[in-house]
Amino acid sequence: MAQMTMIQAITDAMRIELERDPNVLVFGEDVGVNGGVFRATAGLQEQFGEQRVFDTPLAESGIGGLAVGLAIQGFRPVAEIQFFGFVFEAFDAIASQAARLRYRSGGRYHAPIVFRSPFGGGVKTPELHADSLEGLFAQTPGVKVVIPSNPYDAKGLLISAIRDNDPVIFLEHMKLYRSFRQEVPEGEYTVPLGKAAVVRQGADVTVVTYGAMVHTALKAAEKAAESRGVQVEVIDLRTVSPLDIETIVESVKKTNRAVVVQEAQRKAGVAAEVAAQINERAILHLEAPVLRVTSPDTVYPFAAIEDQWLPGVGRVVKAIEEVLDF
Amino acid sequence: MSVEMRNRHEALGLSREDVLAMYRLMLLARRADERMWVLNRAGKIPFVISCQGHEGAQVGAAYALDRSKDYVLPYYRDTAVALAFGQTVRDLLLAAFAKAEDPNSGGRQMPNHFGSRRHRIVSGSSPVSTQIPHAVGIALAARMRGDDVVAYVSFGEGSSNQGDFHEGLNFAGVHRLPVVFFCQNNGYAISVPAGKQLAAARVADRASGYGMPGIAVDGGDVLEVYRAMKAATDRARRGEGPTLVEARTVRLTPHSSDDDDRAYRSREEMEEARKNDPILRFGQYLTETGVAGEAELRAIDHEVQMEVDEATAYAERAKGPDPDELLRYVYREG
Repeated sequence: MAQMTMIQAITDAMRIELERDPNVLVFGEDVGVNGGVFRATAGLQEQFGEQRVFDTPLAESGIGGLAVGLAIQGFRPVAEIQFFGFVFEAFDAIASQAARLRYRSGGRYHAPIVFRSPFGGGVKTPELHADSLEGLFAQTPGVKVVIPSNPYDAKGLLISAIRDNDPVIFLEHMKLYRSFRQEVPEGEYTVPLGKAAVVRQGADVTVVTYGAMVHTALKAAEKAAESRGVQVEVIDLRTVSPLDIETIVESVKKTNRAVVVQEAQRKAGVAAEVAAQINERAILHLEAPVLRVTSPDTVYPFAAIEDQWLPGVGRVVKAIEEVLDF
Repeated sequence: MSVEMRNRHEALGLSREDVLAMYRLMLLARRADERMWVLNRAGKIPFVISCQGHEGAQVGAAYALDRSKDYVLPYYRDTAVALAFGQTVRDLLLAAFAKAEDPNSGGRQMPNHFGSRRHRIVSGSSPVSTQIPHAVGIALAARMRGDDVVAYVSFGEGSSNQGDFHEGLNFAGVHRLPVVFFCQNNGYAISVPAGKQLAAARVADRASGYGMPGIAVDGGDVLEVYRAMKAATDRARRGEGPTLVEARTVRLTPHSSDDDDRAYRSREEMEEARKNDPILRFGQYLTETGVAGEAELRAIDHEVQMEVDEATAYAERAKGPDPDELLRYVYREG
């Protein structure tokens, strides 16, 4: 076992898969010699050569389309979108090409591609760097969307994503890249896609969340335990599409109260989907409406205000109190 | 009859059998396309998008490829290329009727969205130019594996304005990949004439920006297209990199069965275009060079019509997709 940051765990996952499967390729802007703007691919080109780990021109749609062509020929591209806000440039390549190739060809072609990308707020990178756009892809049939909250999961989920036979959007929260270390096993292991984790047990309220907000939710749970003596159960989705609704519903049937926390804006996103599915499947178990804690429906703001714009511990605690006191 | 004229196809290394097969293929694409218009106007199929006027460019291009191993990433007018790579008229009509047996997609896609793994035809989609970076990926895969494969990708001149055209050609140019970019320039992007689409005089002129040769050719002359495309595919096979070939064609129909081109094209212009019909021109070449007589060409046409009749009857009777299929192929099954 080694102590690793999340970014080290991500690099380790790619190294393991590049070693294991000659069809795995890593490419994107600055991923080669430079090792990526966040160093996620540091050392990989040196180890595996320019053929398997390579720099592309600045052209996100071209990166996505290139990945589709390579995947059709049996390669397993791991393509980096330098910041997830740039994914709009590649939206067609991902959402209408990679995602639909299997369906539109009646299963004759498919595109096992991982699109890795840093995203997320709290590191003073404004709009189009920090944006949480996972909801756009959660609504896109044919792709899976994975968002780890810690180094252990990041490595196991990325290995699963690379081995998966469907396109996977793998989102890496920038604030988590180097904020803490964790024991991460050496060598290969997988964390299954589509399976949430109960990261804190509790009987009184369920908080469903993912990514960096897992840590916010855990802090809020501690506060609620201190201030009110309540036990909050925290679920880390890990994969937002497909959604592990069974784990959520099982928890809600126990706690009868749920709060969904996401960093993304409020409308029509993952939190809305989770709330809707809880209502559909467990309404008679609910003692209070399912509440959402989200960012407001504005464009990702300037750095001076982002800490107020993003959901904080206080807002999560307030929502927990609201569902308890309903 | 001059010796020079007689020798045009022979000089290119094409036999009498080759040119007759090429003529038949052009005619087969044309007659299948005409049939789809009849079926559409009779209310039997929802949509037609035509190859008419492009058959010479397409057959010239397809014959310059190695149809036993090359990959094609066609666009929606490339009917004759799909046929040249092994699809049948039956396949075309099954797609037009959106039947379960449609080999492209099982009835899921628009007609003329060709795709067949067996024939190395890569499934495309409706936003234009998306197939261009896919072709570059196919070519990169071939290069990495050391496979002797050329990727052919086609598109209209309108599509050459998309970002994916630039991103794809640029990458292929940087890495000198074995791709042939084949622009079929019929002068119109639906209703917008080329003069309002691009400032360059020719699409081929854009090639210099990507470090590759750009060749413009008379797309109504199947043998000239073959000559240009053969040079491009040979160059790709030698590892010298990509080429952009622009074939100037005519569009003998409106954009699609849902379009009325009288709003933007004069009838005189259409009459002129018909004089440049590649099938008429090739038929004339074959008779003038003595490769075939009028009667022989009529016999080919008759045979082709029978094939289209049979395919129509088969496709019309074929089963539609099972509604349960709706839920399939979104993610990997099992």
